[in-house]
Amino acid sequence: MKAVCWHGKEDVRVDTVPDPTILNPRDAIIKVTSTAICGSDLHLYDGYIPTMQSGDILGHEFMGEVVELGKDVKNLKQGDRVVIPFTISCGGCFFCNRDLWSLCDNSNPNAWMAEKFYGHSPAGLYGYSHLLGGYAGGQAEYVRVPFADVGPIKVPEHLTDEQVLFLTDIFPTGYMAAENCDIQPDDTVAVWGCGPVGQFAIRSAQMMGAAQVLAIDRIPERLEMARKSGATVINYEEVDPGEALKEMTGGRGPDACIDAVGMEAHGTDVMGVIDTVKQATKLETGRPYALRQAIAACRKGGTVSVPGVYGGFIDHMPMGAVVNKALTLKSGQTHVQRYLKPLLDKISEGEIDPSFVITHRMSLDQAPEGYKTFRDKKDNCIKVVLQP
Amino acid sequence: MEETVSSRNIRQGDDRLAPKTDENKKAGINDTERWASLIMGGAMVLRGLQSRSLQGVIMAIAGGGLAYHGTTSDQSLPDKLSEAAGLDQDIRVEKTVTINKPVEMLYSYWRNLENLPRFMSHLESIQTLDETRSHWKAKAPMNMSVEWDAEIVEDRPNQLIAWTAVADADVPNAGFVRFKPAPGDRGTEVKVVIEYSPPGGALTAAVAKLFGEEPEQQVGDALSKFKQLMEAGEIATVEGQSKGH
Ligand SMILES: NC(=O)c1ccc[n+]([C@@H]2O[C@H](COP(=O)([O-])OP(=O)(O)OC[C@H]3O[C@@H](n4cnc5c(N)ncnc54)[C@H](O)[C@@H]3O)[C@@H](O)[C@H]2O)c1
Ligand SMILES: [Zn+2]
Ligand SMILES: [Zn+2]
Repeated sequence: MKAVCWHGKEDVRVDTVPDPTILNPRDAIIKVTSTAICGSDLHLYDGYIPTMQSGDILGHEFMGEVVELGKDVKNLKQGDRVVIPFTISCGGCFFCNRDLWSLCDNSNPNAWMAEKFYGHSPAGLYGYSHLLGGYAGGQAEYVRVPFADVGPIKVPEHLTDEQVLFLTDIFPTGYMAAENCDIQPDDTVAVWGCGPVGQFAIRSAQMMGAAQVLAIDRIPERLEMARKSGATVINYEEVDPGEALKEMTGGRGPDACIDAVGMEAHGTDVMGVIDTVKQATKLETGRPYALRQAIAACRKGGTVSVPGVYGGFIDHMPMGAVVNKALTLKSGQTHVQRYLKPLLDKISEGEIDPSFVITHRMSLDQAPEGYKTFRDKKDNCIKVVLQP
Repeated sequence: MEETVSSRNIRQGDDRLAPKTDENKKAGINDTERWASLIMGGAMVLRGLQSRSLQGVIMAIAGGGLAYHGTTSDQSLPDKLSEAAGLDQDIRVEKTVTINKPVEMLYSYWRNLENLPRFMSHLESIQTLDETRSHWKAKAPMNMSVEWDAEIVEDRPNQLIAWTAVADADVPNAGFVRFKPAPGDRGTEVKVVIEYSPPGGALTAAVAKLFGEEPEQQVGDALSKFKQLMEAGEIATVEGQSKGH
């Protein structure tokens, strides 16, 4: 089969590799019908996530048709059309039982590695480094899905791939980011980053009844998409977001701030330059530029919600502001399984059509071009969907 | 290779070269008590314990406890010499994991020793010979195999299984697994302590490979596989999956 493989920094290729096979009784093999490139994949593309190996198959946002089942998967049958959560979770551990799926105890075969990094291991993820399991991803014609009896959700025929594909990750991720803000009716929520995750965070904050959503980025078409969703936008290259946010909230600051940018934030002042140099020389593994701004801007007693991914260490974490303003910090890889059913219902009922973020449709063969276009934000690119 | 075996952080030995004083002797006895309380579930960690042999303590507990006190702190001459020369190569590992299943299930799976090779990847097979005795076969490189007979010396249903290799084993070893209900509905805390004394000579290299360069990691790996088997019904793997070139 054809699969998108990582071969190093800024080097992804479409290789021909053996088809996946069932390795465990709870596995399924899925024929992929649609798959997307995620902002998280860009951290791999840019070489910021350790423990990638040349030849690793990428991709954690994918859906398709069941073609083969392990002997213990009783709830699916061949031909079922399913969406796969990017978190691989067993369904039986302490964390799965508490709906904390991205923390599953039993899905990372390289747990010892993650334990060395983090103290404990999170769940395994598709195509996201050996630290997180080394699972082959779904930017491919076929993919092996472990724990297929608890992860995949069947989707109704009347919804297109494009409408349901983002249940795999970015819709639940934006939704959980907003949920973590515990939004009250009069609240203002500020969102750093108007990439796909930011876009879903904006829509979700609105669904949860935020009075005002403020969106921060510098890319015109991304700001425009946010504006169309009803957010008030701030171009951080034109105005200082800290000042703007204060002005727009009567001096109080936003009640909740969402960092939907992550470790590769772009900085405009001297701290940004220092962080870029440190990251390039591996002294720091993230440039927490948006995170620092979010903490500084947040109103006293407010919440900072961080869906943006950080892999290791950051410098100049403004812990003083967190403590002295009594902020609540919330984060995590998304507990995707928790949101599949409720968000599928919202799509079914027409409350949201997640396909609004798609700007580029390509074949699997065009993946290398897709990565580059998406990373460089060329050609007004916001979200790339690949059709194997 | 010998370097690898004698390994790491396992022994906190520091005052080994110091002459044995009364205080040291007392420490030996205290250690035995602390060992006992570790096995029985009182103490949490073995760090700092200097008592020489888990095997001895296990035997003592099985045989009624106190009788053993006299002998632990009384080292034989060869022991003293090898300790003084820094040749003491006992490797001891302790690891605990919480498994979201009832004590009974975990105990009975483990008590059938023939199940162990399913999650202890360095073992090839275990064959039970009778109620307490079993024959263990471990994978070794270069077609060398390490085999020994072991005996369960203490078996408390749903609490504790302790075993030791019989006296003439090539690789003296002993271990126990303790099951304890976790707080609330969190399942069972499973603690494993394993100790072995790699031999010198030809077998050393094989044993180094066999038990791994990171004994901690090997026991940790076995425990997390045990947990996966019990909670998820299978062991997570990526072995045999596709990869680019
Ligand atoms: N927690 C999870 O489970 C999860 C899931 C998916 C994605 N993510 C993470 O979410 C983040 C965003 O993902 P995406 O797909 O939207 O990526 P993306 O790269 O398309 O979007 C990031 C956006 O942030 C903007 N940006 C950069 N620096 C900024 C700054 N200083 N201030 C404001 N905006 C800035 C960029 O212009 C871009 O539009 C990534 O870190 C990704 O890894 C997390
Ligand atoms: Zn993603
Ligand atoms: Zn789990």
